[in-house]
Amino acid sequence: MTAIRFLVNGSPVEVDVPGMRRLLDVLREDLGLTGTKEGCGEGECGACSVLLDGQVVDSCLVPMSQVDGRIVRTVEGLALAARERGTLDTLQEAFLELGAAQCGICTPGMLMAARAYLDAGGGPDHDAIREGIAGNLCRCTGYQKIVEAIAAVAAGDVA
Amino acid sequence: MPAEPPIEVPVRLSEAYSLLAGGPLVPIAGGTDIMVRITGELGPVPERMLDLSRLDELEGISLEDGSLALGARTTYTELRRSTLCREHAPALVEAAATIGAAQIQNRGTLGGNIANASPAGDTLPVLLAMDADIEVGGHRGERRVPAAGFFPGYRQTALAPDELILRIRIPLAAGRVTRFRKVGTRRAQAISKVVMAVSWRAHGPSAGWSDVRVALGSVAATPIRAAAAEAALEGARPSPETADAAAEALADELTPIDDVRSTGDYRRMVAARILHRIVRDAGGW
Ligand SMILES: Cc1cc2nc3c(=O)[nH]c(=O)nc-3n(C[C@H](O)[C@H](O)[C@H](O)COP(=O)(O)OP(=O)(O)OC[C@H]3O[C@@H](n4cnc5c(N)ncnc54)[C@H](O)[C@@H]3O)c2cc1C
Ligand code: FES
Ligand code: FES
Repeated sequence: MTAIRFLVNGSPVEVDVPGMRRLLDVLREDLGLTGTKEGCGEGECGACSVLLDGQVVDSCLVPMSQVDGRIVRTVEGLALAARERGTLDTLQEAFLELGAAQCGICTPGMLMAARAYLDAGGGPDHDAIREGIAGNLCRCTGYQKIVEAIAAVAAGDVA
Repeated sequence: MPAEPPIEVPVRLSEAYSLLAGGPLVPIAGGTDIMVRITGELGPVPERMLDLSRLDELEGISLEDGSLALGARTTYTELRRSTLCREHAPALVEAAATIGAAQIQNRGTLGGNIANASPAGDTLPVLLAMDADIEVGGHRGERRVPAAGFFPGYRQTALAPDELILRIRIPLAAGRVTRFRKVGTRRAQAISKVVMAVSWRAHGPSAGWSDVRVALGSVAATPIRAAAAEAALEGARPSPETADAAAEALADELTPIDDVRSTGDYRRMVAARILHRIVRDAGGW
């Protein structure tokens, strides 16, 4: 056990956990942030995607020893900035408006991959968006509406 | 819950060497291969781990003594963004772009791809084709091993259990061209059915090829070079006859197996066709 300190959605946290515990388990079990989902547990599905120092990663493949001193953003943090205005993140709004979520299991990961794509300057081009979310599987939507929602935000069509 | 074996987190390479000298430790870089093993579903769980993520000595991309030097911890995202890599090893950048998707590219490392020694490791044929050297080190000292001699058997490497991969050196060669092709089930997140890198030097489009390397993955127990195909291309110009001869030589020398991802026949046929097309594109006919 070691004390591991890092930032989650802007707040400092300290956990006393084995260095090999998965970031996914710390988020869900130790910190109660159950927005991040576990699908496959082996890097294939992207349901567990979070941002680590701004980069999208599969939290099921990240050991806690590599999170010490770093910045983690989860789906719970997505709306944080918008919350003062009583709204959601523009990406969340777009997913709602354009029907980009059905059962919702892929949605938190999809949102985080899309957030990383947009933050890196990604535009509304559908092929580029598909590459940006290629590590996220969705069994329901057929992806088209997800791509359209991300494109709408990239193009500034969602307030 | 997955197993949570104890993990050491050295901050200096010398410290890592002493830890490794003290008993078996399984290194973890980006974790994209090894984290799957702590579930225990794919075989024995490592007993003790060594986190490489704080070792600055394994980072960085630079030009040194006529080669491109890449730290073992270089991620695929770093490779894709590096102007040095784009200029001096565009085929490696192309290979990096086909690996997994954003989540894997942000974490997966070149050193991890090499040490994991999967016959389907996508960077490995590129390293073979470009005559890369793998620099390894441990408490007994450091040494260089040519990529072509780094994979003695199925999932085996030239690394001793107490050694780490430090960096990869790709010699710069004037007039060298390297081509990369990967065939998988879909464009993203697919393990290769066939992966190939071909490299040669030529002084002008109609000149004969020299220093030809044909390297493949997913067609044998290890990444391999195809000697007969190389011989068919060495000294030849990229004509239709050369392409036919090289493709035939390659099909004859490969003995890939059937597995869950593909069949041996398909792999042999596709490999021959990829090589044919690379020669055709180079010849411009
Ligand atoms: C969804 C998914 C898709 C993938 N797609 C591809 C693909 O398309 N092509 C492909 O080739 N691979 C693919 N991979 C495999 C993997 O991402 C790569 O092999 C990657 O390069 C491994 O690097 P890593 O740093 O994550 O390795 P780790 O998991 O950290 O380590 C892998 C192995 O190397 C050892 N190791 C790591 N660094 C060193 C070092 N410096 N010295 C000594 N030993 C070391 C570890 O002990 C371990 O045995 C995929 C994996 C996943 C989960
Ligand atoms: S749960 Fe992590 S990628 Fe599927
Ligand atoms: S909405 Fe159900 S998996 Fe994507």
